Amino acid sequence: MTGLRRLNWPLAIGAALVAIFASAAVISLVWTPHDVTGMNISARLKIPGDGYLLGTDHFGRDMLSMLMAGAQTSISVAILAVGIGMVLGVPLGLAAAANRGGLDEMIMRANDLAFAFPALVIAILITAVFGPSAVNAIIAIGIFNIPVFARLTRGAALSLWTREFILAARVSGKGRTRISVEHILPNIANLLVVQGTIQFSLGILAEAGLSYVGLGAQPPVPSWGRMLADSQTLVGLAPHLALVPGLAIILTVLGLNLLGDGLRDALDPKLRVGRT
Amino acid sequence: MSVLRVEGLDLEVSGAPILRKVGLTVDPGEIVAITGESGSGKSMTALAVMRLLPSGITRTAGDIALEGQSLTAFSEKEMCQIRGGRIGMIFQEPMTALNPVQTIGDQVAETVRLHSGASRRAAFARAREVLNRVGLDEDRFPLSRYPHELSGGQRQRVMIALAIAERPALLIADEPTTALDVTTQAQILDLLKSLVSEYGMGLLIITHDLAVVAEFADRLVVMNDGQVVESGPTADVIAHQRHPYTKALFEASGHQAHLPPIPIRRSQRPLLDVRDVVRSYPKPRESLFKRPSRLVAVDGVSFSIHAGERVGLVGESGCGKSTLTRAILGLEPVQAGSIRVDGIPPDRAHGRVQVVFQDPYGSFNPRHKVSRLVSEPFHLLDTPPTGAERDRLVGETLEAVGLTRDAADRYIHQFSGGQRQRIAIARALILRPDLIVLDEAVSALDVSVRAKILDLLAGLSARFQLAYLFISHDLSVVRSITDRVMVMRAGQIVEEGPTSDVLGTPKHSYTRALIAAAPKLPERKEQEGSADVLERL
Amino acid sequence: MLGYLTKRLVSLLASLFVASVVIFSVVEVVPGDPAAFMLGMNARPDTIAALRAELGLDGSVVERYLAWVGGMMRGDFGISYTYRTPVADMIADRLWVSLPLALFALTLTVVIAIPAGLFAASRRGRAGDYSIVGATQIGIAVPNFWFAMILILIFAIQLRWFSAGGFPGWQDGFWTGLKALVLPAVALALPQAAILTRVMRSSLIEVLGEDFMRTARAKGLSSGAAIWRHGLRNALIPVLTIIGLQFAFLLAGGIIIEQVFALPGLGRLVFQAISQRDLIVVESVVMLLVFAVIMTNFLVDLAYVAVDPRLRRRA
Repeated sequence: MTGLRRLNWPLAIGAALVAIFASAAVISLVWTPHDVTGMNISARLKIPGDGYLLGTDHFGRDMLSMLMAGAQTSISVAILAVGIGMVLGVPLGLAAAANRGGLDEMIMRANDLAFAFPALVIAILITAVFGPSAVNAIIAIGIFNIPVFARLTRGAALSLWTREFILAARVSGKGRTRISVEHILPNIANLLVVQGTIQFSLGILAEAGLSYVGLGAQPPVPSWGRMLADSQTLVGLAPHLALVPGLAIILTVLGLNLLGDGLRDALDPKLRVGRT
Repeated sequence: MSVLRVEGLDLEVSGAPILRKVGLTVDPGEIVAITGESGSGKSMTALAVMRLLPSGITRTAGDIALEGQSLTAFSEKEMCQIRGGRIGMIFQEPMTALNPVQTIGDQVAETVRLHSGASRRAAFARAREVLNRVGLDEDRFPLSRYPHELSGGQRQRVMIALAIAERPALLIADEPTTALDVTTQAQILDLLKSLVSEYGMGLLIITHDLAVVAEFADRLVVMNDGQVVESGPTADVIAHQRHPYTKALFEASGHQAHLPPIPIRRSQRPLLDVRDVVRSYPKPRESLFKRPSRLVAVDGVSFSIHAGERVGLVGESGCGKSTLTRAILGLEPVQAGSIRVDGIPPDRAHGRVQVVFQDPYGSFNPRHKVSRLVSEPFHLLDTPPTGAERDRLVGETLEAVGLTRDAADRYIHQFSGGQRQRIAIARALILRPDLIVLDEAVSALDVSVRAKILDLLAGLSARFQLAYLFISHDLSVVRSITDRVMVMRAGQIVEEGPTSDVLGTPKHSYTRALIAAAPKLPERKEQEGSADVLERL
Repeated sequence: MLGYLTKRLVSLLASLFVASVVIFSVVEVVPGDPAAFMLGMNARPDTIAALRAELGLDGSVVERYLAWVGGMMRGDFGISYTYRTPVADMIADRLWVSLPLALFALTLTVVIAIPAGLFAASRRGRAGDYSIVGATQIGIAVPNFWFAMILILIFAIQLRWFSAGGFPGWQDGFWTGLKALVLPAVALALPQAAILTRVMRSSLIEVLGEDFMRTARAKGLSSGAAIWRHGLRNALIPVLTIIGLQFAFLLAGGIIIEQVFALPGLGRLVFQAISQRDLIVVESVVMLLVFAVIMTNFLVDLAYVAVDPRLRRRA
């Protein structure tokens, strides 16, 4: 009874949802119930059930297979975009916090400027110049993520720099870079993981949005956003075309957000019982 | 009839008792102090009277009566009329206790309007009157001031004004001066005292500081572990100290560490030599085109410390003592003058000066084990010890500060505040430095723990020929643990000399003011064995 | 206070300058000559040269940049490569759809989120709080364009309360125009309202833990009155930042929603321009959006001064 109440419900539900979609994405690499791109006009617009678990689209393609393959696109785009944001943003934030003054000012001004370009605007610019593709979507969302991580890292690091254990490390002769890596980074890792899951979910939403308006993944790469775009004219006729990919996006994003919330509670040392 | 009568009060949080059978009374015009160490339940008693207990804590037994009228039966709506109307309350942290986005006039007038239903104009007139009364005169403190424009002491005056605006029968003050400097503390205590006699209200003051209690309160309630252990007229309680806990508490407060004699100087060259040091910061720019002016935090300070000497540095907040500490540790550059540790600049004097900070909770990386925390200064060595040699040194040092060797394998959150301060001392000690800087190192500790840490420092000084610079705002602690003292004010050292001379016959007017403002414990003959009682309790 | 404002103003101008340089450079690297593209394969070189001159494509990079920026300051955004009409006129027409849509959605967001956040925070840990937090979890997860499709399915196709798309213009009266924007605005607003509700809730919960809230209770205010008189204004400070970011997001996010509802706004304009490689239109719309974001942030900074007296330093 107490075990049930103690269970971190957001973490459990979130992890389960994310696991489902992640495994769907991985399985789609080797197996899908039907051919992802295979059209079968005789079986078009089938409602869910009856040989096709989630129905078929107007070309008779299997929705479940497209969904699984689309998960793979969504997840890889989001992971790479968050990766870009973290790999560039975190060191920038650490450097800004460690060297107050000129460098800090420069990094933060650049950050403010980057915030003036919403992901969609970056995507429009990139697409206008290089043409639409999944790679360009990754770059657009990734650029948008850099200032998010830089700002978070800097803020958390700055408050740590005033803590006495950092002063103690400085008295022990450790340099700023070493302290950043040894003391600051492990103590903000929680925050970064939690923000990572949030940006991951935003990345999935952004990818879906870009693909929906044709700025993201291009045919024949399967994508949830494009499944929705394709369904638009048929939504009155076959609502499942919109419901299936829509619910997939919602559940994945919900799962990631719950996972983030759950991790925040689980990783927060203030909430952990460990005193003896 | 008593203003306040608390009888048999029990509080619980999910079944665990917090207060047991607490009883006390406050009469009109009387100052009653509740004292005790952290966790004794003194603040909870006050919050229970206000019926503002944190959620989860419930009253399970007992009665609280205001002027003969039981408060426990009142509805929440009726309690709102009582709070601020018939009971006023002020808190410890004046910096955060006022709403930052409202003017002080609005905040004081709000109390008046809530309870008297006065017009806006009348409420502001009353607010003005009360603010004048608490010493915030019209010219310098118009009603349109915001809290951030005031100092801590001034903000505490605003808090007092809004608590007494409706002339309550009872004023509750929870550690009202703990966050303030000693001179400000004296002024605030004077103000409270004069208000009590002028308004004839009862004052229930909660404080951990026995010296404040002794000078200020008519009656004293000593609490420990959720219970009242002793109460009575202040002079009587202090004179007889009938309960062993009371006795132990008073002895720990006046604790005098036994300092070993200063070792004979073997070298003429001082261990630490500070010459004409200036450290200033740029103020925020007022306009883009003007050079920002500079705030001088340390203004031409010179002094030296020889091997084995124990030197105190006292001053109020903002006097520059923290900045000076950082400069000595090589953490901050100086604009002029020089700092030399045995002839070497501090940032290259590898490990010869170490430090212990104030906060026993913030000075350790929570993710590392004690062995790693304590051995961090090894980083300063060219060939740091490893393996068994490292473990041996860590173990020895932990034993030297009164901990056991197995502490090395635990995490910091498994230790109490006093134990953490011991670990901090171990970290400072592991390189066998010549000088340790103690930056308010005992200020956050309860008196009983503080007494033990002071003894530990005196012992270490004898054993390792250790010199230390003891920085504190607390004159009584400095008196007990140093041979020589320096008094700092506005970036300058205004007086320096042997501790007993400076604190006994001060020459500078500021030193005299400091000493006059600091509340003193009454002298009492020392008895053996009481410190152990405190430990058993 | 003046110091704070000058600082903000200087940073506003610097941001605009750098943003314009970035946008200009990105478009500069595009291969190909717009003039040749516009005239087709068989154009004569002297015709192309004439058109280049007409479009202002002659001269060095710096000259062209200065001409572009100078033009924008006078309200001249250049000539569309495709339609040969002034870009400024095209944008102005579309702004009459996009701007009201964003403002409408922002109003809905604020009107929903502030009370909801207030309600949840004041009932922290109780059923009302849990249901609002749960609703916001789902609200944040819903892609707005999908929500738009569902709204069309229910309110346009099934119930026929609203039309599924298109915009009649404002000439038939304010309410006719507004009615066409209801579904798009709701689709845009609800996910944003979920975000803002959470921000409002956590900001207020943080404020409720502050010492001055205890002071308010000790004065004799009921817990509700304490929140209303002392909590709200303090809690709004971080909320303002988010509202500023959201306006920018709504303006840009409107681009996708305009696609769903076939609204003739900036979004349609920019997607047409992309497919027709009408780069000057893309460049102008992007600059306009970035300008709006930067201006919004500036206005938020000004709003801070109104809310937080700590920023109004006396001289």
